[in-house]
Amino acid sequence: MGRLLNTILIGVSGGSIYSLMALALVLVWRSTRVVNFAQAGQAILSTYIGYVVITHTNNYWIAFPVALLAGALAGALIDILMVRTLMKRAHSGPVAGIAPVIATLGLLGLIRAVVGMIWGGDLRQFKLPVSNHGFTFGHNTIPFAPINLLIVMTTVVVMLIFSLIFQRTNLGLSLRASAYQPEIARLAGIRVDLTRTIGWAFAGAAGAVAGMLVTPTNYLSPNSLDLLLVSGFVAAVIGGLESLVGAAVGGLILGISLALVLEYISSSLAFPVAFVVLIAVLLFKPSGLIGAKRTRHA
Amino acid sequence: MSGLVISQLNISHGAIRAVNDLSFTVLPGQLAAVIGSNGAGKTTLLRTLSGLKSAHSGSVEWNGESILRKKPEDLVRSGIVHVSDGKSVIPELTVRENLALGGIWRKDKKDVALATAEAIDLFPRLGERLQQSADTLSGGERQMLAIGRALIARPKLLLLDEPSLGLAPLVIDQIFQAIKSLRDRHNLTVVLVEQNAMGALRIADIGIIINLGKLVASGPARELIDNPSLRAAYLGY
Repeated sequence: MGRLLNTILIGVSGGSIYSLMALALVLVWRSTRVVNFAQAGQAILSTYIGYVVITHTNNYWIAFPVALLAGALAGALIDILMVRTLMKRAHSGPVAGIAPVIATLGLLGLIRAVVGMIWGGDLRQFKLPVSNHGFTFGHNTIPFAPINLLIVMTTVVVMLIFSLIFQRTNLGLSLRASAYQPEIARLAGIRVDLTRTIGWAFAGAAGAVAGMLVTPTNYLSPNSLDLLLVSGFVAAVIGGLESLVGAAVGGLILGISLALVLEYISSSLAFPVAFVVLIAVLLFKPSGLIGAKRTRHA
Repeated sequence: MSGLVISQLNISHGAIRAVNDLSFTVLPGQLAAVIGSNGAGKTTLLRTLSGLKSAHSGSVEWNGESILRKKPEDLVRSGIVHVSDGKSVIPELTVRENLALGGIWRKDKKDVALATAEAIDLFPRLGERLQQSADTLSGGERQMLAIGRALIARPKLLLLDEPSLGLAPLVIDQIFQAIKSLRDRHNLTVVLVEQNAMGALRIADIGIIINLGKLVASGPARELIDNPSLRAAYLGY
């Protein structure tokens, strides 16, 4: 019983990070209908910037907001400099669906190469912001550590902030209207281009948070977040790609399943299982397990 | 000159000339019905007036200012509000959220609240369904929502694209009466594009009949209705 509970707790912690990555992917998908492979690159760039701040200030808590802002800025710039132009030049025909996706793949390669040129390929490590030694109850020490608690709490806070923005503010209403019906949004006076850029900035910030949270218990290298991108996609697809709640729940489902497989079956199976889950969801419930009451015609 | 002045307007639709050398004027406070069959260029004209589509040549002025080459989101701010065809609501949002869209850019939140109350007063059905998803509304209710949302922007020039499309006769009457009373109450200038020629001309001050993008006839709505040859050819009975 204790073993199961501990496994689930670790799964929730891992799943939180998948949720954040899934959130980043969903935000971009909703605002511009682009599957953004470059998200792993944006997150790694932001995390390296966080790393630089940590090495200079020796303080994770200064690095965190800096990385977050860097992620938001990178997201906004990618939209303004690349995606907007792509949308205008390749807005119809067979190229319209594929061009932006290929472009984000190219951008992922480019960002990784630039990061490699600046910081090299060495594995680097963050100073831990809080302990990674499990909590102790009497004589028992559990695997769940303060760092895991930090991950879960930060994710909860980020998710709450985003759902408040989306459900309660005019900005959130603009973001939703622009995603669903850009033409009606424009006729209502919404500056859809600007709104989309804000969507990309939010996504970049969410990806940066994921990078800053996963790296302390891992290592940092130009491609250390690639696996997280895959997990983020799986989580986003489980959640139906459209909803923030879906991203959160999708990440948790994936995190807990992976932790269970890792603990009870075999650690070598964890990665294949992620793909099996992805394909199974696509085969049996392509619209995702959560949300998406109806298929949208977009 | 004040009002809406369209002169020698040409709009292309790919290789097709959708609107051809069209000129007409709508005076401030007038309700103009633009009549024509499917493919006459009515929707294209309206989309150009609201900035969604660009014109090929010619000029359009609203109160003396050229509005061609302006963006829809800017034209809304100067009082030109377009209710596009296809019951222009966002089905994924609630009725309340759809209404809120109408005033989202406005600074005067007090007046937004007042205008929202007026819209609900005009279409009480919306008030009963504020929390529902717009997806659950009937065609007539969606049209009411679309017009209600437009009103919250406090329009000066209201562009309506086929509000009667797909609605039951009783509901059409209701929508047309609402449009007329709005015009009377707020001194709006209205361009109403319609296939339902008689219904539209009955509430309109002037009528503009177009066919294949060209002007066929224009004048006081009453005269167009009484003209026997126009009746036979374009007004459907």
